[in-house]
Amino acid sequence: MTHGSRQPETGAGGGPVRKFVMPNTLAGKLWVWRYIILRRVSQIALLLLFFGTAHWGWKVADRPLLAGNLSSSELLGVIPMADPFAVLQILVTQSILEPRVLIGALLILAVYAIVGGRSFCAWVCPVNMVTDLAGWLRTRLGISGAFYLSRNTRYTVLALALAVSVIAGVAAFEWISPVGVMHRELIYGIGLGWAAVLGVFLLDLFILKHGWCGHLCPLGAFYALVGARTAQLRIHFDEATCTHCGECARICPEPQVLNLKQAAQVGMVASGECTNCGRCTPMCPEHSLSFDWRVAITKHKRHSHAGTSKRRAA
Amino acid sequence: MSKAKVSRRALVGKVAQGTTLAVTGGSIWSYLLSQQARAAPRAVRPPGARQDDDFNAHCIKCGQCVQACPYDTLRLAAVGEAIPIGTPYFIPRQIPCYMCPDIPCRKACPTGALDSVLEDINEARMGLAVIDVEHCLSWQGLRCEICHRECPVQDQAITVELLPRRVSKHAMFVPMVHSAHCTGCGICENACPTEEAAIRVVPPGLVQGKLGAHYRLQQRPDTLRDQKSPDSQTPMRSNTVETSALEYLNEGESR
Amino acid sequence: MTTTRRDFLKTSIAAATAATVGIPLSHTVRAQAAKADGDWRWDKGVCRFCGVGCGIMLATKNGRIVATKGDPDAPVNRGLNCIKGYFNGKILYGKDRLTQPLMRTQNGKFDKKGKFTPVTWEQAFDEMERQLRKAHQELGPTGMAIFGSGQYTIQEGYASAKLMKAGFRSNNIDPNARHCMASAVAGFIQTFGIDEPAGNYDDIEHTDTMVLWGANMAEMHPILWSRIADRRLSAEQTRVVNITTFRNMSSDLADLEIIIRPQSDLALQNYIAREIIQREAVNWDFVEKHCVFATGPYDIGAGMRATGEFAFASEQDIQAKELVRTLDKFEAVGQRKRAGDTIKQQNRGAAGRHWTISFEDFKKAVAPYDVDFVAELAKGDADESIDQFKDKIKQLADLYIDANRKVVSFWTMGFNQHQRGTWVNEQTYMNHLLLGKQATPGNSAFSLTGQPSACGTAREVGTFAHRLPADMVVFNPKHRARAEDLWKLPAQTLNPKVGSHITKIMRDLEDGSVKWAWVQVCNPFQCTANANHWIKAAREMDNFIIVSDAYPGISAKVADLILPSAMIFEKWGGYGNAERRTQLWREQVPPPGQARSDLWQVLEFSKRFKLKDVWGEQKIPGLKSKGFQDGVLPDVLAAAQRLGYSPESTLYEVLFASAENKKHKWPDPLAKDHDNHTVKILGEDWFVEKALFEEYAAFGRGHMHDLAPFDVYYRDDVRGLKWPVVNGKETQWRFNEKYDPYVKSGSGFDFYGPALKALPSGDLDGVTTAEKTALAGKAKIFFRPYAAPVEEPDATYDLWLTTGRVLEHWHSGTMTRRVPELHRAVPTALMYIHPADAKARGLKRKDVAWIESRRGKIKAVVETKGRNTMPKGSVFVPWFDEGVFINKVTLDATCPISKQTDFKKCAVKVYKT
Repeated sequence: MTHGSRQPETGAGGGPVRKFVMPNTLAGKLWVWRYIILRRVSQIALLLLFFGTAHWGWKVADRPLLAGNLSSSELLGVIPMADPFAVLQILVTQSILEPRVLIGALLILAVYAIVGGRSFCAWVCPVNMVTDLAGWLRTRLGISGAFYLSRNTRYTVLALALAVSVIAGVAAFEWISPVGVMHRELIYGIGLGWAAVLGVFLLDLFILKHGWCGHLCPLGAFYALVGARTAQLRIHFDEATCTHCGECARICPEPQVLNLKQAAQVGMVASGECTNCGRCTPMCPEHSLSFDWRVAITKHKRHSHAGTSKRRAA
Repeated sequence: MSKAKVSRRALVGKVAQGTTLAVTGGSIWSYLLSQQARAAPRAVRPPGARQDDDFNAHCIKCGQCVQACPYDTLRLAAVGEAIPIGTPYFIPRQIPCYMCPDIPCRKACPTGALDSVLEDINEARMGLAVIDVEHCLSWQGLRCEICHRECPVQDQAITVELLPRRVSKHAMFVPMVHSAHCTGCGICENACPTEEAAIRVVPPGLVQGKLGAHYRLQQRPDTLRDQKSPDSQTPMRSNTVETSALEYLNEGESR
Repeated sequence: MTTTRRDFLKTSIAAATAATVGIPLSHTVRAQAAKADGDWRWDKGVCRFCGVGCGIMLATKNGRIVATKGDPDAPVNRGLNCIKGYFNGKILYGKDRLTQPLMRTQNGKFDKKGKFTPVTWEQAFDEMERQLRKAHQELGPTGMAIFGSGQYTIQEGYASAKLMKAGFRSNNIDPNARHCMASAVAGFIQTFGIDEPAGNYDDIEHTDTMVLWGANMAEMHPILWSRIADRRLSAEQTRVVNITTFRNMSSDLADLEIIIRPQSDLALQNYIAREIIQREAVNWDFVEKHCVFATGPYDIGAGMRATGEFAFASEQDIQAKELVRTLDKFEAVGQRKRAGDTIKQQNRGAAGRHWTISFEDFKKAVAPYDVDFVAELAKGDADESIDQFKDKIKQLADLYIDANRKVVSFWTMGFNQHQRGTWVNEQTYMNHLLLGKQATPGNSAFSLTGQPSACGTAREVGTFAHRLPADMVVFNPKHRARAEDLWKLPAQTLNPKVGSHITKIMRDLEDGSVKWAWVQVCNPFQCTANANHWIKAAREMDNFIIVSDAYPGISAKVADLILPSAMIFEKWGGYGNAERRTQLWREQVPPPGQARSDLWQVLEFSKRFKLKDVWGEQKIPGLKSKGFQDGVLPDVLAAAQRLGYSPESTLYEVLFASAENKKHKWPDPLAKDHDNHTVKILGEDWFVEKALFEEYAAFGRGHMHDLAPFDVYYRDDVRGLKWPVVNGKETQWRFNEKYDPYVKSGSGFDFYGPALKALPSGDLDGVTTAEKTALAGKAKIFFRPYAAPVEEPDATYDLWLTTGRVLEHWHSGTMTRRVPELHRAVPTALMYIHPADAKARGLKRKDVAWIESRRGKIKAVVETKGRNTMPKGSVFVPWFDEGVFINKVTLDATCPISKQTDFKKCAVKVYKT
């Protein structure tokens, strides 16, 4: 420990507060970047599966591997999948849909109810790659915020999307969604959709940090509601080792979810707005944050709570 | 007390602000959508596509129909095209619909935007072929009629009628489209040999007229048509043809 | 001033008429067109494609064709075109136009296994010359051959034929017209003693009954079809009958459609003849004055090789039938023999032999062809009831026989491409002659032509292996003498032995008896049946094949040397259409790159050979002719010197650049400002095309084939003339005293054709009196029996295959497939099949299927609807598409008399790929 002229920060436990230090070795760096690498692999692989099926006729057992796009697709010609938000928008226009797409939507809903709705944002959504880039650049260039917008705006947009769908009689967000545009045009041919994506990029870069994904996207908002309670895959928070150094909050695209007081109570980052991106875990110098299963966390918590109370009683 | 008042006022203000924003945003949003939807009638849709609004509502823009098409006919509208974004359509002059009997595109549709009611591809109504008779070679007397020969619903959707050319001893073989049978596959438009196709597939709504609901057309074949009637030589009686009504009524006065 | 209602009606009718006539061009369009037209040079021309011979007008600017239009003054088409004709100007400008000679070379030298490399014309001709000298040394005049064409200009055909026959003393020149018109020619010669139709297109407007026999005119003769349709529309009594093996576009207009089994037309014709006799409808006045009855042998083979030596194992069974045939039940009845009789085909070598018979014999011969027999044999659609079919053929007989009706029979490839093509042609005349419905306006058996100058060049000029100009033949000593006289050749220069017909040239390449072949204006390796043999022969045998073409087709691909040719409007030339109309045109634009006219190629090449090279003694295997030593053509060099030639004179000097020809000077005022690249590159000052035309015309003038002077055809008020043109007047109907100056006055009709007009007489079984009787002025009414096709569907190859064309493409597609619009309209050849046949083979529309015969197999896309509707058991595949190379599958059986291949029937199986 070095004691400089400044008063050393102390952690909650009274010990010295360590900061995150980037390892010097490549292996160490890769280890730090492991989730970002995995997320990119996931996002690109998924795009590739769609693209390969559409353009190179990828097949397994003579069935198209993954036909369609994120709005609706079919795996191996059997398993239907559909964007539940898109389906919901169509349903509110009072259109009667084929069972296939409804089953597909329920299936996807079920998956995200387990892995956490906003896992979509971090692991699947192609726009995430654009907004991540914008965010990274913004930090690099030290661009400061232009104005303030509540992160809850997205819920208003979500409500609006459904309301407009009812009024206009078409799935309102699907007709303007940069997510849909980018994904579709990557698979089916580029039109002027890059402009919409550029718009999102510029918004995030110059106007509002995490502007699109963190404030406006109604799809993100929708998924934030999916599995907010049920999501099994969560970031486990070990209050005992936390020094409140703040590294996690600095890197987090949705820092409001790192409400450590609340997290300490339930032993995890519980908010549905957490995208399970895993950025925070390698940054924590104390390894207080890690992926875990909700069941395991809750069980452990109950156990430790019991222990604490016992100790107190003693 | 006053603090509460202030915060209530602030709350009311915020609600008002929020509502205004939402309403304005929603209005702009709705307007954009309606503008886009207006482009829909220009699209030639895959077989089984529902009517404009209904189709727009159902289509989830997944492109599974596009992938199911063995001829690469279908495409999804990208941003900037005059077709509602992300919806499937085709440009017959580039690649027409070859009317697969098993309609794979329709089967691929997960939402029913391409209606599963369509079982027979000949019942598809993707569009309607329209002939520009001023630039159609056959209508000018040349022996082309490629559209008729290539039409998959030949002799129903496109028939060839004979017309006398009058200036020479050559009959004209003029193609005619019949909306009752035209599937709008666009093979005719694709095959048309003029520089710009003289037969084109358009959404029926753009060109089709509609009879008044109060009237019914009915025809009875005249069994005497082929027989020479004495009248056939003089089809028009002089008293009904040679004078106008006024002349007729005033007859005797002006002469 | 009151406008009466009638006036109003009149004006509105006029307006409606204007709309139907179809000139509703807006003012701006008209103004734009006028502006663009300002500096264009318009000149008349002829459509490049079919035998109809539509006139077109061509506009050129800066050496490019900028526009074309149907010639409003052309009587054939009056300003109209079909969709091929619409693109006449575009065929010149395909991206892969050949513009320089290409030779297979390796290390800078010719190598049969080498790759095509650009060479100069000099190098190309050097190698051609070297190879020809080699082949000539080894095999003599019969070791060389020219594949000619019905699309040659008159002058090109004339120059090629003269170079071969008079120069090289070889009769191995035969046109693709052999595949197209030979049966019609043989039919004309045998029946009338002179080639080509008596009538003309105006018969359409004079007749009220038109019967199509194996002619899908709606697609193949589009502009004539619109005349037929107009006749049908405007004259209520008109009836059109379509007799075909499958429903085609011509059925749309037809009042009566008769679907027949392939080859049963022979029986159907005899049924009509029988009915004519039964109903006592024979026009005895006409028949007794102008006709005789005749017949010939039946055991004439099927025009295949006599030996199975070259046949694939799978072909042996069909090959064997060439020599011995077993009669089936229909032949047995039709030929008055027993079913199962095996008949040795003893008259293969004398298939055209015939003799006169009595009417009683003729009547006896057609007697078996009653309605029951013929209906059972000929009904071609399994889904049609026999009663309905009988009813139809009765109606057909009614139409022919009805004394108040005029009848025109039209036919094309359905008759001509037929194992008994000559017979079935003759049978048509049989019925027209029995009824006396021939050679008057509206009564005519009219053979339609496929190619633009099958008549004008191939037939009239005589680019066939047996012909000389103006209907003369090489085996007739008088004809040879006349030709030698006109051509100023020593006696016995011309070879009396008939050369190889086009299919035989292929067979000669395969067995090594021809080692040097020059392909001109055709694509024989795509258009000859049973193509696997010939492609292999071209590539694997020791031979040298030259292909002159404008675009690379299959023939170019298998060639050793490719010469780039000028196309129609890049040279001076002339064509003759199906109604004997000769039409000439000027060179409109220069050929691209180093492409040059075929005429220039022939003339330039002829400079390389001297009389001493070719006019010495020559071996001709199998030559047997009075006045000739067997197998030998005499040395005529001494006689040549007496005519003023030197052994060192080149063929060019002797055959083409004669003093007489050099009198026709170039430039000629009739050229106006049009160029002549042929003359220019030859470096001459004489008008080659005019000289050769006039030299050729001398053959026919005064000999029933009179052409007008060259200059007349270029007059602005002339749109072609129908020969014979006597005293400046064209002939509308031949053999009819009213119209034909050659007919003896007072005779009414005179079938004055001189060929084969002295016959022995006999009965149905053979000659009984060998003494020949002269039959001047008579036409022959032949009895020809039904004969089964040599290959019919069986358990393995269970479907008939018929091939043919489509309106959009011309022949092998080398030109029309370069027009993007036509290619887009019909990009590939489809296999038309009955839906039930497709389903039985697990196929549906748009699937890809194999089509396999004993000879080869190819893939094609299945079509179960569209322009052709097949009866069960039959498939149709057009042959324009080299990607669907159907002639690998077809059978090279020919009519033994005409040697024309039967492309219309063979047996195949079809299965899923």
